This record gives sequence, structure tokens and C-alpha cells, in this order.
Amino acid sequence: MNKEWPIWEVFIRSKNGLDHRHAGSLHAADAEMAIQNARDVYTRRQEGVSIWVVESKDITASNPEKSGELFEPAKDKVYRHPTFYNLPDELKHM
Amino acid sequence: MKEINKELLFDYIIQLGDSSMILGQRLGELCGHGPELETDIALTNISLDLFGQVRNYFQYAAEIQGEGKTEDDIAMLRYEHEYRSALLVEQPNKDFAYVIARQNFYDHYHYMLLEFLVNSKDEQIAAIARKSIKEVEYHLDFSITWMKRLGGGTEESNCRLQDAVDNLYRYTKELTTPTETEKQMAELGVGPDLTSLQASYYNSLNALLTEAEINVPKEIVFQFGGKEGRHTEYMGYILSDFQYMQRAYPNMKW
Repeated sequence: MNKEWPIWEVFIRSKNGLDHRHAGSLHAADAEMAIQNARDVYTRRQEGVSIWVVESKDITASNPEKSGELFEPAKDKVYRHPTFYNLPDELKHM
Repeated sequence: MKEINKELLFDYIIQLGDSSMILGQRLGELCGHGPELETDIALTNISLDLFGQVRNYFQYAAEIQGEGKTEDDIAMLRYEHEYRSALLVEQPNKDFAYVIARQNFYDHYHYMLLEFLVNSKDEQIAAIARKSIKEVEYHLDFSITWMKRLGGGTEESNCRLQDAVDNLYRYTKELTTPTETEKQMAELGVGPDLTSLQASYYNSLNALLTEAEINVPKEIVFQFGGKEGRHTEYMGYILSDFQYMQRAYPNMKW
């Protein structure tokens, strides 16, 4: 029998309006414990206002060995960035 | 409000602080020894919450006393019989089930106490209670979920929690049995009438035990005395750890 608790990934929203960001991972026996552990481990210095936890095994990750085919083709396609427009000077925050 | 006798108020504040302080010290012993890293941090967080609350109480006590003493003098430099903590909180960290049962028995009481104290006739106590109650609400949540998890977990965890409950239950009634000071504070509206909290304390505690598949102990010979300074043999050992620095290096500061 595996006596280790499963691993959970923790996402913390630092304040309202912002996105949840990955904070780290931890061990917990169930979701409720994962939330409590995340609260105790990752928000003890006021880091957050909201916590998501998801069991690590439920995350499907891209295969690092396939990073060539997945990501490299985008490298030479600078035209996918909207950087070729002439912006009027009055337009800010772009 | 009637003028309150300062010595009585001082004594009451010491009682409010001592149980949390000794429990905080017991939890502090687990620092680096928790069963899992996450649980280790959780228990020491609770310890720090309790010490933070106790600092507030003892700063206030020192002010009332008016002898130029500090919170540290009050915390560290009394003799064993002058500590007014309940017997429950000095019980040792025999295993994780004992830690959780002790915590939960105290949290139930602590939360009910603070629910009253937020409206205490003493402004300063009310302010400390308002600051503390959210922390204690979390302590209670934490210990309740662990009670259910251990009780409803494996045969082993259920057995161990049952053993802890069987051994610690005898120390619960002291929490809601008032000392002379607590009686007088209740009359003045500074503290709760503990006797009137007893029924709801046991209602919620026993309901939790049943839900956690733990038998409520029967025919208990309840133990009393800690709140009047009569402690179990564990207390001296706790204090020798706790007071070591101040006794060995008087007036030492962190």
C-alpha cells in the first residue's frame, strides 16, 4: 500500500481581479486537507485571497520531448504578433 | 459598569492567557516533528496564533498590574502553582491523535469563550477577542476535519483517536467549570457564565465524536485543578523547557 499522500498543485489569487497563479505543490489526503494545507503553507504571509487545488495526476502536461514540434514552429512567425501596425501617438497602453 | 477590582481582573486575564499559552508550548514542541511537512506547519501556525493572542492578554495584564513588569515577566517568571491553565492543555503529544483530540476539545471551548468575549464589558478584552476569533474559527475547522478524518479513516486511526478521546475526555469539564474569579467576572459581564456554556459544549463535541465514529466516553471521573494551580506531573517539565532561557539568563531579550 502506498502510504504517501497524493500530491496537489496549488494556485493562489493574490488579490481580487488578478488570475490564480501556480504557487507550488503539497501533499494532502483529500481536497479539503489540500485547501487547509495550502492555506497554512502558502498564504501565511498574506499571499492570497483565493486558493484552488487540483490533484497533480489530474493535470495533463505537454511532453517535454515534443517541445520541438509543439513550440519551435512558432518561433519564425513574428507576423503573428500585432507589431506591424503604425499606432497613432495618442493611443496609449498598447 | 461597576468598578472592577484590579487584582481580580488581572487574575482573570492570566486565566484567559495561560491555557492558550501552555497549549501553544505543547504545539511548539512539535516544530520539526509533525507527521507531514504540511501538518507540521499547520500546528506551529496554530501555536503562533495562540502565543500572539497571549501576548495581547499579558500586555494588558502588565498594564493593569502597574508594577513596571512586561508580558515576558508574566509569561515566564511565575512558579508552577501560579499558572492557571486547564489540565487538558498540558497533556503530552503522545501521538497525532492525542494532539488533534486535545486541540479539538480546547478549540470547541475557546471558540465559545471568544464568541462571548467579543462583547465583553471590558473593552480591551473585547478588542483582543475580536482579533482572535477568526484565528480560532480556523483552529476549530482544522481540528474538526482531522477528528472526522482520523475517526472515519482506517481501523488504526480510529483506534488511536478513540484511545486519545478516552484518555483526554476527563479533562474537558474543567474548561466549562468556573473558578471563583470566572464566576465573579460573569456577574460583571466581563466573561461568560461558563456553566451555561456546558450543555452546548458537550452537545457539539459529542455530536462531532458520533459523526467521527468515536464512542463518547461514559462514566467519566472528571479531573479538575489546573485553573487553580494544581497541575499534573507534566507541567513542571513544560515549564523547565519554557522558562529555561529567562531563568538561566535573566532579562535576556530575543
